This record gives sequence, structure tokens and C-alpha cells, in this order.
Amino acid sequence: MDTPPPAGRPRPPIPLVTAVTAAAAVTAAHAPAAGARPVNQPLPFGPGRTGRASHAGRSDLAEVMAEVAHGDKQAFSLLYDALAPLVFGIVIRVVRDRSQSEEVAQEVMIDLWRQAARYRSDAGSVTAWAATIAHRRAVDRVRSAQASADREQAQAAREHQTAFDEVSEQVETRLESEQVRRCMRGLTELQRQAVSLAYYRGLTYREVAEALRTPLPTIKTRMRDGLIRLRDCMGVTT
Amino acid sequence: MKQDHSDLHTLAAAYALNALDPAERQAFGDHLPQCQACREEVAEFEATAARLADAAAQNPPPMMKQHVMAAVDGVRQLPPRVPGTTQPAGAGRALRRRAVPLALAASVVAAASFAGLAAWQNRQSEQFQERALQAERRLDDVSAVLAAPDARTAHGRAGNGALTTVVASERQNRAVFTAAGLPAPAAGMTYQLWLDHDGTMSPAGFIHRDGTVLLDGNTADAGAVGLTLEPAGGSPRPTTAPLLLMALPT
Repeated sequence: MDTPPPAGRPRPPIPLVTAVTAAAAVTAAHAPAAGARPVNQPLPFGPGRTGRASHAGRSDLAEVMAEVAHGDKQAFSLLYDALAPLVFGIVIRVVRDRSQSEEVAQEVMIDLWRQAARYRSDAGSVTAWAATIAHRRAVDRVRSAQASADREQAQAAREHQTAFDEVSEQVETRLESEQVRRCMRGLTELQRQAVSLAYYRGLTYREVAEALRTPLPTIKTRMRDGLIRLRDCMGVTT
Repeated sequence: MKQDHSDLHTLAAAYALNALDPAERQAFGDHLPQCQACREEVAEFEATAARLADAAAQNPPPMMKQHVMAAVDGVRQLPPRVPGTTQPAGAGRALRRRAVPLALAASVVAAASFAGLAAWQNRQSEQFQERALQAERRLDDVSAVLAAPDARTAHGRAGNGALTTVVASERQNRAVFTAAGLPAPAAGMTYQLWLDHDGTMSPAGFIHRDGTVLLDGNTADAGAVGLTLEPAGGSPRPTTAPLLLMALPT
């Protein structure tokens, strides 16, 4: 388990480390022991905040959500600040093209406003709700582009892209959250690839099977037990 | 069939990761309402996926917020789903949606017969008769909205605790507003209704006590209904904080 770095600890001279250490400290502060549930924290609604929404006070965000459901624009502004980095982050991961991602992320944020009254706290956290909508939209965008006239070309480009990604940058090494990175490391290679390609690249499990040259039933199973292992490692509850 | 279902159960992860083909997604989605365990599993997997999304968070361009905030001004919010409508049948939902307008319609019919009685009793007085006719016309207008085949209902609660219902017909571009538990306004004040047109509030009539009124004005491009306390006689635009701003049902 990660512990907060002692004050004044010398930092190795790797450019990424400053951010990583900060992220680790945040994670550690919220989850002091392995498997412990994140404690509800007041939501730091600040400009320029990135991520951490899932660690923020769930009940707080649910309250904001209730205001939004009544058409409260000010509450929506808070909701935007809390969720836009998560929404934009996952959309750009899947869609990749920046201007298209901005477009999709905007649509998602507007959709959160539109559907606010349909959010039900008993079905999950606001963050999970927003992430589900965002990922769905991003995947829809990618797949409809795929279904268009230049389907084969797009597919070829994407497969090439995927292969390139897998070789040149292990997807998860760029993840911000230390906890997620640690839990990802706990997966088998095949589990990690199956989950990453599906979630961060928006591939269907058939496409994942093809990309990894692995039988379909195996991918189905690895995706499932990989996600179960992640769930347990992160102490996810609904 | 059994085989089918046990096969479907294993799809919860791929479903939560949006990794199913459209046909499988549909099949699993249809299966969900009957499978409590699947719903729980999907919820947990979606929460897990949200952590993956959170780990990838990055700040969007600052301009995006302005675009979104400007855009939502013109976006009507959807009404909540009626709780407990996990059953797939559309019929149940339609019935439930109709139930409120019909109940309201019944009370309106009762009120209309009182109006008729009033007209009869006050036959001698032209003034009263005129008033009774006006009341009757208003009731006809209200009934027309409530009985519209495309009537949609939304519920809200005002800042002062009153329970409110809006029934709107898109085809008629009209809406009625009902309040229950409305406290008496302070002396010299009155409850005024508003229609929100892209952030601009236009007066939509008054409601003096519990009951149902037809909103003045065309609801075609209105996004929400507002309620404020205004000095008696009303105001051209709201002068106090809204007690209620609820999206028009779509």
C-alpha cells in the first residue's frame, strides 16, 4: 500500500514524478489501508481541478445533482467543474482526435443537464453515471465513423494505431491515479490488455479478440475476471 | 433458454465496458430488468470503469465551459422516469403517465359542475354570469390540455413546500399548472407564474390558491415554468427569487 511520502523526501529526477507523487499522496490520504472505502470528503470545487471526482464526496455531488435536476444553472456550473475533466479525459482517450473529442465532451455535458432528473442515486454514484454516459458517447462516435463509407480504411488506421500504442506506450503508464495503476499491475497481461483496449480504445470484445489474436471466449472471460479483480483491488462499492 | 441466460450473465463486464455488438447489447439490456444480480454487477463494473475514467481525467479547454453553459440555456430537461418502471412494457408507463392528467381531469369536471351551478344561481346577475362563463371557458381550456393525447406530466416542489404539477401538450403548445399546499401569500403579494424562454421570463398568469390554472402564453419554445411571489397585480419580470423553476415535461 502506498504511504504518503515523508516531507522533504528527495525526488528522483524523472519529469513525471512530481505529478505522480502528488497523485499518490491524494490517493493515500483517501484510502489509508488496502481495501478501505474512500471516506466521503467535501468536494473541492475549484477551477482547474483535474479528476479525482470518484474520491470526492458522493453525497455532495448527489445533492448538486438534485439541484441541477430542478434546472439550477449555478448547481450545473459546479457539476461541470466536478465532472468535465473526467468526461473530457475518457472521451479523448477513446476518440483521440482533439476537436472531435471537444465536440463529444460538450454533447455529454449538455446531456448530463438534459438527463439530470433521470439520475438515480440508488443505481450508482454521479461520477459512475457521468462516466458511463461519456464512454458510451465516445464509443458511439468512434463506431459510427467506423460504419461510414470509409469503414475499412478507418478500421485499418485504427488497428495500426492500436498496435502502435501497445508497443510505444503502455496505456496504463500514463494514468494519473496511482491506485488505478497499481491495480492494473495486479492483472495478468491478457486481462489488462482486454480491459484497456475495450475501455480506453473503445474496441468491442470481438475487435479485442482479433487485435490480441486470442479466441473470443477467452477474451470474454479475461475481460470479466480482469474487471472483477480491478473492482476488488479498488474497493469499489456502489 | 437457461443456456441463453447463463451466457448472458457473463456479458455484464463487456456491457459495462461498452464492448458488446449492438445486437448483444440489446439482448443483455432486455435481460437486465429481470436480473437483479446482473444489475448489481453492471453497477459495480460501471463504478470500476468510472475509476478508470477518473484516472485518465484531463482538463478540457476553458472555452468549453462557456459553450456548454450557453447551450444548456436552450435545452429542455427531461422529466424523471417514473420510479419502479423497470418493467419493459411501455403500456405500464403510458398508463401511469396518463393517470395524473385523468385524476386532475376528474377534479376539473367537478369544478366545472360547480361553475355551471354558479351560472344557474346567478342567472339574474349578468356580472356573475359573465364570470361564471369565463370560469367555464378556463376550465374548458384546462380540460383540453389535460385530455390531450400527447399530455405529459412533471412534478416539482416549490421552495415554500407546495407540491406542483405541470401538464403540457406539445401539440397544443399549452400547459396547465397545479399547486397543492400553497401557503397564503403575505398581504399585498401574489403568486405569479412565468415561462422561461432561454433564460428570459415572460409572465404566464397567476395562481392565488391551491388549484389548477392554464398558463398564459405559448409553451412551444419555453423550457421551464417558474413561480415567484410578486407585489399584487404582478410584475413584468420576476422581482424575487423563484420559488420554483421546473422543466416543462417533454
